[in-house]
Amino acid sequence: MQLVVFVVATLMVVGGALGVVVNRHPVYAALSLVLTLFGVAVHFVAQEAHFLAAVQVIVYAGAIVVLFLFVIMLLGVDKAENLRVDPLGGQRPAAAVVAVAGIGLVILLAVRSAQVTGAEGVTRPKDADEPNLETLGRALFTDYLFAFEATSALLVIAVVGAVVFARRVKVED
Amino acid sequence: MTVDDSWYLILSALLFTIGAAGLLVRRNPLVMFMCVELMLNAVNLTFVTFARALDDIGGQVIVFFVLVVAAAEVLPPQISAALVAAALALLVWSFARDVAWLRHTVACREPHPVP
Repeated sequence: MQLVVFVVATLMVVGGALGVVVNRHPVYAALSLVLTLFGVAVHFVAQEAHFLAAVQVIVYAGAIVVLFLFVIMLLGVDKAENLRVDPLGGQRPAAAVVAVAGIGLVILLAVRSAQVTGAEGVTRPKDADEPNLETLGRALFTDYLFAFEATSALLVIAVVGAVVFARRVKVED
Repeated sequence: MTVDDSWYLILSALLFTIGAAGLLVRRNPLVMFMCVELMLNAVNLTFVTFARALDDIGGQVIVFFVLVVAAAEVLPPQISAALVAAALALLVWSFARDVAWLRHTVACREPHPVP
């Protein structure tokens, strides 16, 4: 059963990723990205990161991709591009090298059956009885409080900045 | 056969490679940004895998922050860089103020008698 879930979710992830890269129309690429994000959310659930799976669906698939689509629709960047022309010389060969190196790494991992190191957990172990959300909350509000506050400040400033930049100046009659 | 941790790592590497190759090939800036999101997701998956393998919740905390920054990052790059710098500067200033206050108040107290 676990194997079936893994295979289906992996197909979603890889299929969506290839769709993002190959699709000529940006809207189709965005929809393929949604498929990838849902596949990754399924993997998160399989890895017992339930809160992150929910946040992934709500924030990544539900907000970020929607923002992408807004920008595509409003700014009209949706002209299908011609994938056969390469404006920057050497970009396609560079991409080929990266792809080959990446696939090589993947094969190497598979062959060496990548061992997870036996390093001790640093933050806090996950208690078997405690729900994932509680453990995450404890770590977030005690050990990582500074980072949490920094990201809160980042979000507030982002909202204020967005409002300020979107303002239209009133014209005096 | 049971699903092993290395399978997730292989999937992450594959996803990252596809994102990197797509970033190099595509010219539409929005699609390039989508490929960056693919790479971020690959890294998130790696972190969650190790969080479970090493029995450490810190991996999931990092993924949480990556998600938040990715959400705030959808603004144009100069604005998001300026925002990050402004947020960090504000926090450093506030902590420096607290440290200065603490040093002032603690320095005025009498020292402990040495046992």
